[in-house]
Amino acid sequence: MSHPSTYNPSTGFEKWLDKRLPIVRMGADFMDFPTPNNLNYWWTFGGILTVCLVVQILTGVILAMHYTPHTDMAFASVEHIMRDVNYGWLMRYVHANGASMFFIAVYIHMFRGIYYGSYKAPREVVWMLGVVIYLLMMATAFMGYVLPWGQMSYWGATVITNLFSAIPLVGEDIRTLLWGGFSVDNPTLNRFFSLHYLLPFAIFGVVMLHIWGFHTSGNNNPSGIEIKDVKKDTVPFHPYYTVKDGFAIVVFLILFAAFVFFNPNALGHADNYIEANPLSTPASIVPEWYYLPFYAILRAITFDIGPISSKLGGVIAMFGSILILFVLPWLDTSKVRSMRYRPVARMWFFLFVISCIALGYLGGKPAEGTYVMFAQIFTAYYFGFFLIILPLLGIMETPKPLPRSISESVLKKTGSSAPSGSQPAPAE
Amino acid sequence: MSTADLNEDSEHTRRDFIHIFGAATAAVGAGAVVWPLVSQMNPDASVLALSTKDVDLSAVSEGQAIKVMWQGKPVFIRHRTAEEIEEASATSVSALKDPIARNDNLNGSEPATDENIVTGENGEARPQWLILVGVCTHLGCIPLGTTSGENRGEFNGWFCPCHGSHYDLAGRIRKGPAPENLLVPPYQFTTDSVVKIG
Repeated sequence: MSHPSTYNPSTGFEKWLDKRLPIVRMGADFMDFPTPNNLNYWWTFGGILTVCLVVQILTGVILAMHYTPHTDMAFASVEHIMRDVNYGWLMRYVHANGASMFFIAVYIHMFRGIYYGSYKAPREVVWMLGVVIYLLMMATAFMGYVLPWGQMSYWGATVITNLFSAIPLVGEDIRTLLWGGFSVDNPTLNRFFSLHYLLPFAIFGVVMLHIWGFHTSGNNNPSGIEIKDVKKDTVPFHPYYTVKDGFAIVVFLILFAAFVFFNPNALGHADNYIEANPLSTPASIVPEWYYLPFYAILRAITFDIGPISSKLGGVIAMFGSILILFVLPWLDTSKVRSMRYRPVARMWFFLFVISCIALGYLGGKPAEGTYVMFAQIFTAYYFGFFLIILPLLGIMETPKPLPRSISESVLKKTGSSAPSGSQPAPAE
Repeated sequence: MSTADLNEDSEHTRRDFIHIFGAATAAVGAGAVVWPLVSQMNPDASVLALSTKDVDLSAVSEGQAIKVMWQGKPVFIRHRTAEEIEEASATSVSALKDPIARNDNLNGSEPATDENIVTGENGEARPQWLILVGVCTHLGCIPLGTTSGENRGEFNGWFCPCHGSHYDLAGRIRKGPAPENLLVPPYQFTTDSVVKIG
């Protein structure tokens, strides 16, 4: 941890343990972590995401006690969970909707990071670990969706695994290796179940690194200015942010419960209540909502680019749209973190959010006519935002004057006549 | 030169050698461990054992098509009429998006003429029997058109509902995003009415 420890073992046992395994000290220092005093509600999504992960692991472990990963029995065992197992319906609906809630939270968390420049030095590694978590989440959710062995499970798995066949030379061998056969079949289902159980624990590990990272660099904050004076600019994490996060978590859980109890299938696809049939493709294969923007990018590449076929080009664009996030800290050339002080960047940012939502809408529509054209326009903007706008804006944009410290930005906003204004500014 | 210098020099080279040798052995060992860990993911013996299938075609009348399962995938077998054969062979290869016959019974570079597509393992062509793997070469959906009454697309063969690929009466891609013609599986007629696929 980057702050001096304030823990004082009070009992004899604590003193004894502190010399041998300072685990109580670690927890105490975590709760005491000096946190910027101006964090707004967009900063509560880290805590919300932790809750989502715990909920998914807990309900998932329980579901695995009743589920059978075999092509002949998987679909029936899910119905068995729904009808026979005590509270099985609750476990499954919480788990299925929990995945959607997880993605809602992670998308807000990511947009927050982009808006306030949380990926900029010295937090590049924190950001990149976040992208790793996001990739692991996508893989985990994809494999989880295959397990009920419905029509969308089967055909979604077929389409996604076939993406790998677009890789030149080794693509078809990789696909066979993923399948463990010549099509999506029992071996595929078995290994997906195994990995779906494993990956959340891998996510948990990377989350620990993610937290370790920003406990070393310190939290970013809405002003984007580093902590200058720990006394004036920060408050201890507990009780200030345990309470704020706790309140946000409760509000979030209300939304979660509304889906689970009143519309548990709203975010799913009706075809997944039909058992998988390798001989019949559903009229349209639609992935889960949280993949739709990337599905739209995949299908937007309808033309060959030199020696790259449209199929390979689509796959490259789709994976590239996520992998580009890894280099975002170096694409954004602006020294100013928060878009509060970047009026031009802010406008492009909102356009970026709109284009992501538009791509999500288009991903759920058939790939024909004007839908394809709009998907191409928004795909171009998606990449343009990262590759052209952010690098150029850092050079061309004139940011608004920055407050001298976090405390100054807070006091200015609340309108109190801050004495800090008359104080000499600390050297940059 | 003293003996101490000599010893020191030889000591260094010996140590370097041991380091390099040790690292190389560890790398080979790691490779030997990873190999079975990856290889277990490939199709196992029970999957490979189901790799051939005999199909009796005596009940398939002219103009009819059937779907059979082979290696977990559907195989389309169409008993083509004389007009359908004529239509398929009249198409010139230069008009095709994919000019190569994707036929596992051939070398893989032959032009996509109708004759090259209906050729089996022993080199004999039976134009009335069109045998194809019923998996769209785009992203693996099952094209429609085998069961009577289904949409057969603009070229009277098959139509993939997922992303709109049209295949003709020899399973060749004519319109839509699919990059290749439908695959012809390895097959051989064991009698006049029984075909062995695989």
